[in-house]
Amino acid sequence: MTIPPLTPVLTDNWDAERSWTLASYEERGGYDALDTAFAMTPDEVIAAVKDSGLRGRGGAGFPTGMKWGFIPQDNPNPKYLVVNADESEPGTCKDIPLMMASPHTLVEGVILAAYAIRANHAFIYVRGEVLHVVRRLQRAVQEAYLAGHLGANIHGSGYQLDLVVHAGAGAYICGEETALLDSLEGRRGQPRLRPPFPAVAGLYASPTVINNVESIASVPAIIRNGADWFSSLGTEKSKGFVIYSLSGHVTRPGQYEAPLGITLRELIDLAGGVREGHRLKFWTPGGSSTPLLTDEHLDMPLDYEAVGAAGSMLGTRALQIFDETVSVVRCVLRWTEFYKHESCGKCTPCREGTWWLVQTLTRIDEGKGEPGDIEKLLDLCDNILGRSFCALGDGATSPITSAIKYFRSEFEDGMTTPSRELFPHERSTAYAGQLAGKGVGA
Amino acid sequence: MTTTPERTATDLVTVTIDGVSVDVPKDTLVIRAAEQVGVQIPRFCDHPLLAPVGACRQCLVDVPDAGNGRALPKPQASCTLPVADGMVVNTQLTSGVADKAQQGVMELLLINHPLDCPVCDKGGECPLQNQAMSNGRGDSRFEGVKRTFPKPIHLSPQVLLDRERCIVCQRCTRFAEEVAGDPFISLVERGARQQIGIAEDAPFLSYFAGNTIQICPVGALTSEAYRFRSRPFDLVSSPGVAEHDACGAAIRVDHRRGKVMRRLSGDDPEVNEEWISDKDRFAFRYLTATDRLPYPQVRGDDGVLHPASWPEAFAVAARGLATARAAGGVGVLTGGRLTFEDAYAYSVFARVALGTNDVDFRARPHSDEETGFLGAHVAASGPVAGRRGVTYGDLEGARTVVLVGLEPEDEAGTIFLRLRKASRKGTTVLSVAPYLTRGADKVRALLVPTAPGEEGAVLRGLADRAEELAGSALGDQDVVLVGERLATSPGALTAAAELAAATGARLAWVPRRAGDRGAVEAGCLPTLLPGGRPVADASARVDAAAAWGVGSLPETPGRDAAAIAAAAAAGELAGLVVGGVDPDDTTDPATTRAALAAASFVVSLELRASEVTEHADVVLPIAPVTDKAGSFVTWEGRVRPFDAVFTVPGSLPDLRVLAGIAEELGTPLGFRTVDEARDQIEALGTWDGERPAAPVPAPAAPPAAHPASGGVVLALSTWRQLLDGGSLQDGDDALTQTRRPAVARLGQTAYDALGAPAEVTLHGDRGTLTLPVEVVRTMVDGVVWVPARSVGRGLLADLAGPGARLRVTAGGAL
Ligand SMILES: Cc1cc2nc3c(=O)[nH]c(=O)nc-3n(C[C@H](O)[C@H](O)[C@H](O)COP(=O)(O)O)c2cc1C
Ligand code: SF4
Ligand code: SF4
Ligand code: FES
Repeated sequence: MTIPPLTPVLTDNWDAERSWTLASYEERGGYDALDTAFAMTPDEVIAAVKDSGLRGRGGAGFPTGMKWGFIPQDNPNPKYLVVNADESEPGTCKDIPLMMASPHTLVEGVILAAYAIRANHAFIYVRGEVLHVVRRLQRAVQEAYLAGHLGANIHGSGYQLDLVVHAGAGAYICGEETALLDSLEGRRGQPRLRPPFPAVAGLYASPTVINNVESIASVPAIIRNGADWFSSLGTEKSKGFVIYSLSGHVTRPGQYEAPLGITLRELIDLAGGVREGHRLKFWTPGGSSTPLLTDEHLDMPLDYEAVGAAGSMLGTRALQIFDETVSVVRCVLRWTEFYKHESCGKCTPCREGTWWLVQTLTRIDEGKGEPGDIEKLLDLCDNILGRSFCALGDGATSPITSAIKYFRSEFEDGMTTPSRELFPHERSTAYAGQLAGKGVGA
Repeated sequence: MTTTPERTATDLVTVTIDGVSVDVPKDTLVIRAAEQVGVQIPRFCDHPLLAPVGACRQCLVDVPDAGNGRALPKPQASCTLPVADGMVVNTQLTSGVADKAQQGVMELLLINHPLDCPVCDKGGECPLQNQAMSNGRGDSRFEGVKRTFPKPIHLSPQVLLDRERCIVCQRCTRFAEEVAGDPFISLVERGARQQIGIAEDAPFLSYFAGNTIQICPVGALTSEAYRFRSRPFDLVSSPGVAEHDACGAAIRVDHRRGKVMRRLSGDDPEVNEEWISDKDRFAFRYLTATDRLPYPQVRGDDGVLHPASWPEAFAVAARGLATARAAGGVGVLTGGRLTFEDAYAYSVFARVALGTNDVDFRARPHSDEETGFLGAHVAASGPVAGRRGVTYGDLEGARTVVLVGLEPEDEAGTIFLRLRKASRKGTTVLSVAPYLTRGADKVRALLVPTAPGEEGAVLRGLADRAEELAGSALGDQDVVLVGERLATSPGALTAAAELAAATGARLAWVPRRAGDRGAVEAGCLPTLLPGGRPVADASARVDAAAAWGVGSLPETPGRDAAAIAAAAAAGELAGLVVGGVDPDDTTDPATTRAALAAASFVVSLELRASEVTEHADVVLPIAPVTDKAGSFVTWEGRVRPFDAVFTVPGSLPDLRVLAGIAEELGTPLGFRTVDEARDQIEALGTWDGERPAAPVPAPAAPPAAHPASGGVVLALSTWRQLLDGGSLQDGDDALTQTRRPAVARLGQTAYDALGAPAEVTLHGDRGTLTLPVEVVRTMVDGVVWVPARSVGRGLLADLAGPGARLRVTAGGAL
């Protein structure tokens, strides 16, 4: 097995001494991209990002340069840039480590993006529970102000930008961009009706770009190294490098940066393989909202197109790895409980549907499933998917329909046998080996 | 607005719905375009008067062609999707996908619903129940545990919420925020526990809260007044017109076995759209008050009232009035709550039967200036006179609306809602007032700070300042609304008329009571005959005399209400005919009481026993609005006819009672029924001769402050709050509890000067009053605001006369 040489970009400085400080960041050329950009017109910056082929890293993969180009520059209202740092998708763990390890990469990206869309105010909306990240970002922003990277007349360019770090209150739905805007405005976070789209009437009814942390953090490297360099990485339609978060039953879980198109097999090798003595059973390519896949898909290139063709989505590249000790029914039940808990309640299919799905799945998990339950689950998912107001409701159906597709017999077993009998939970734990030694859960 | 034919053509788009092609204006929502072809798409959150939200997802349709040849990938919410030219829409009727989507949503809506229709107020008229039948599955596949909530919570003293029935469609919260501007209810919690809630200690106190009950598509919202009282299918519905203000709101009266059980808003796009105030909705228990007068009564020689038959009462009244007429004359005080037809009967009765012009409808402070203004600028204007008036639609289309001496939220709820709608679409509202009220703020009004009494001076300068204040000079797209209390501000009504004349802005007078505008048309004024005919004009008198079959009419203008009371108190007038007047509403309650005591013969036409009853020689119970046909004339001059809800043989309208007395007097009115009165009104028509010029008012002397020493001297600003001590609001405790508390509002300067007191005592020439203080940032210096009728017998009786200056001291009265 050959592992392609990896050239870290986003994660390059993560192992530097006190990598989160301005001094450390500047030592490696941090904030130099600003001068490059200020020598260009804002439209040239947008063009560079377009040419790079950068696509949004928040899940949907929308071309970032194109999004910036949608901002109507003749609109008299102020323009805003909002960074989505609400990272809450189960399994997704890339933005938070990035902001912990190198918050200045994000801040530099914010300045470049805001300059391109001609915004003088930018916001980073951070998930509320991660107070350590909030503090680190706040300090980074303070350092940037003191060093003249933020505020009036940045680097003598005449360009002014103010950046506010805003802590959310910890709701998954507030990662949905329009709910995020409502929350940022001080309202209850629920998705907005579109149109109007944020590009036209977003924050405070003004033109607004919302981008994921990783999307924005990718911009300094593009400006520094050029669009061609960026688009030389990755696959034909999925350009550049991304952070893959590997979790679950791998030897070394963590963040792995690699170009788009790497395969799961390669990533698992990088992570030291599946948990010793076990084999891959199923996995999610981009968090729980993306349909799960199996060991059939180990050699599929991880890019937008290939994963889409396999019936799933690349999403946030949250690779949750489950080995053969895991009950897919139980796992899907846990995810569904998450969606039920996080449903904002606005629309009927998601609000009521998740309530019902959890009850039916619980029964199957307890071995008390009834004939017809599987068909009912599928029909319910059909009544939720594409009928909900936002993608949260759609996402709630993904694990269920994909799990039934690949592991229907496990759901059938749930008509008679509790999952804990078929898949004793202890065997999935990190301490399973010790327990086994004591004769527990064998 | 004028539209050229070309524009009309381009503004229409063609869509095909279930195979039927239809042209609709662009931007029309698919759900409404479908209505045009007779297709009813099921819906819950959608409401034509609220901004779309797309929350319930019940209205999903299939769109195989979005107008660009491409299909939309998934079912679309038709309540949020605007039509596009060439769009093809398949609803549940023609698309299996849409039908399944709708059935799926309906099934989900019901899983957590208690299905307690048999005990739910809404059962029988419930959109959820009905649409579950028409667009849902016969049975549910849900076999799990339903979410429950403890039984109802009070959103306000009047409005209750049963949360488990709520489908969180947000109609109520959207109404509160968008329409009423009182966002005191909101979504709280999330997921299946999402619910409607209020902030702690901030109940849903809105004058319009009851509308949420009506638009709730399930039985989640109920009123204390109606909850568990009746089932919709036991009720008979009759259309009506609200009797509580001059707005003419269309209402629906739901009744059972001769008793009104509830009132709802009617649907009248030109007037109140689908909204009414809580007063219009809940204030009807006065109809069944225990002090309703049951039969005619006549005072015997023993000084006590005895029951009498109608003929006997007519005869006694006629005899007494004939004597009084000979002994100095009879004055007629009609009050402001009459129907147009009843007011007309008083007007004719005064002239023909009593031979006097001493008739006045104004049971409130008034002035000669106002009398002149009503004759010159109000009477015989608007649709009632066959002319174009200022309408609700004009308010909505105006660039600028100037409010002077008018607090629409308290005094004219329908105007308030329309102004709010207008202001959200760009109309600028200028409020000429002593402070920016919460109501004015809700219509985004700009305050033109004006102390009471200064309105005239401010209006005289407004033509020059309008552009600076409102962004555009006043012109014929703009409207000036003047309230009835301008009568007490010398020069103000004259200045308003001059402002309108100088700028082309359209002027309308907004009285507070339902009968006021009709009474002006009917000639219940000392200077006016019906149809705006000036008493002083000989040919006008000839007109009326001819219609009434009499040789001549009294020539000299009569006394106004205050003068009638003064004359009766002084013994100059021997008799009084009083139609539902509360002495405490009048300019000088003490004088009115003295008049009732002094008059040798008093005829009272009343609904309920009152102070007037105690002095009356003949008491004639008259029919409430539910027992008679009639019309109210709105502030716009729009005639709002209504029919009797109940047929109650012994319940006679004022006009029938007056006709009976007139016949006994040998001077028949020429009508006995509402229809006959209408015929006569129609035959008489509107005056088309010269309008009387409004007299130029003499400058008034500033009133003296009360002589007590200490404290500060402040000008009194006052008006009646929507919900207050008014007798038509009796009988609904929950409604009473939603009144706004009585406070004295002070500006910062006065508040500081008084040493920041929690309470102040107001000293006037008629008494003193102690009230809690509220500081209002925008209050003009030197002014204190107090509600007119929210404590005791009201300010006129207990504190001071109109236009008073008060001495205000800190703390309670000693
Ligand atoms: C329920 C839900 C949760 C989401 N959470 C996040 C999130 O935590 N972070 C994020 O960047 N995008 C999240 N998104 C996607 C955003 O709506 C949006 O597409 C993204 O921020 C756009 O940025 P990008 O173009 O840079 O990817 C979420 C979407 C949904 C429907
Ligand atoms: S699908 Fe509906 S209920 Fe679920 S999160 Fe989105 S808007 Fe809220
Ligand atoms: S209370 Fe009624 S109107 Fe309000 S959200 Fe619930 S169902 Fe809708
Ligand atoms: S009626 Fe269309 S979503 Fe509710």
